[in-house]
Amino acid sequence: MSKTRDITVTVNGTIHHAAVEPRLLLADFLRHTLGLTGTHVGCEHGVCGACTVLVDGDSARSCLMLAIQSDGHSVETVESLGRLGQMSVLQKSFHEHHALQCGFCTPGMLMTATDLLRKYPLATDDDIRRGLSGNLCRCTGYDHIVKAIRAVVGKSGAAR
Amino acid sequence: MKPPIFDYIAATSVDAAVAALAGAGGEAKILAGGQSLVPMLNFRLLRPALLIDIDRIPGLTYIEEIADRIRVGALTRHYQLETSAIIARHLPVLSCAMTHVAHLAIRNRGTIGGSLSHADPAAELPMLALLLDAEFHIAGPGGKRVVAARDFFLDALTADLDPAEILTEIALPKLPPRTGWGFEEVARRHGDFAIAATAVTLTVADGAIEQARIALTGVGPTALRATEAEAMLTGCPLDGALVERAIEAVRSAIRPDTDLHASSDYRRHLAGVLAGRALSAAWRRVTETPA
Repeated sequence: MSKTRDITVTVNGTIHHAAVEPRLLLADFLRHTLGLTGTHVGCEHGVCGACTVLVDGDSARSCLMLAIQSDGHSVETVESLGRLGQMSVLQKSFHEHHALQCGFCTPGMLMTATDLLRKYPLATDDDIRRGLSGNLCRCTGYDHIVKAIRAVVGKSGAAR
Repeated sequence: MKPPIFDYIAATSVDAAVAALAGAGGEAKILAGGQSLVPMLNFRLLRPALLIDIDRIPGLTYIEEIADRIRVGALTRHYQLETSAIIARHLPVLSCAMTHVAHLAIRNRGTIGGSLSHADPAAELPMLALLLDAEFHIAGPGGKRVVAARDFFLDALTADLDPAEILTEIALPKLPPRTGWGFEEVARRHGDFAIAATAVTLTVADGAIEQARIALTGVGPTALRATEAEAMLTGCPLDGALVERAIEAVRSAIRPDTDLHASSDYRRHLAGVLAGRALSAAWRRVTETPA
């Protein structure tokens, strides 16, 4: 183990202080150090998108970021969107459109869609599909995910 | 997998980062956005003793218009280039190309200095730097130097950077007046590295091409310019026969590799098709716009 460093990160609005090894990935910091297991880890090389979170409001792969790089920054995970009985507009739309089956890719889909909805007009389904091209789903065939996002384009609260 | 053990420092200035690189004797790597580096660490393709994080150095994130050029700081993110009003006005081909770079989450973090230094043979940004005759500003232990894009990319994943040097800025000349552009890419999936891609500009005067620039990526160890095709186009109006001749010149200028995604022959064929489309689009853009 190499020398640890002290970092201060705001995660879902709560300030956390921790001592981390420089090589600790942000994904593992969130899951193992903070116990926020909503962020899923699939490929660990930036291909599957399951671990997508927001860093200072912008989507980022938490497997392609070291925890130490988040020192002084703000991170939002899927846990920030809503909870049972209080789902966000986007989460409700995923529920209503059957946009998940096994649910493994869902946290990454939700965080990616949150950033896409904020940054792009998503005028066509092709735009949504291109925006999701970095997030793999092996169950749904994507159609219902696209429909769920289409249904909230322009709705207040969808992009937070 | 997880990254191997390394030591880490966050540099507070370019000079400090250069000094740390020089002191590490080739055992250090620069960490900027980390979108190419961290996967390589996770795969343990790299085992640097030290990572020097330059992301916290102030003053390296900017897109500035100065006289006839656009200066872009090395820590500028792909997403910032994609959405910059200055780039959209003066270098629209670059705005378009950036939408093809990976995915939003990668574009949010990946830096232009990192992508260019990494010199991936199928990435979009090295091709655009070549197309637009960018100047690379580099800081090192011996001071600063400037390298032209055509001299910067030496081989696959190899740029003209010593182990203790850092790319700090690129300067891009604005497109001349009466210039049209085209960009075409084929990838297995939107955002993947290009199987082949091309970007072109055509500057037109008195109904004929005054200057043609054609750059390609994904078809060799580095991005490249199709200089013979460029020369052939100069002085002529673009018509179907000329496009066909330019396509043949592009195909004879490249010797792509065969890999899992495409054969050499397919890539060569595709590069020609894409170059033809991009040339036609560039010609339409400039000739259908009132002077």
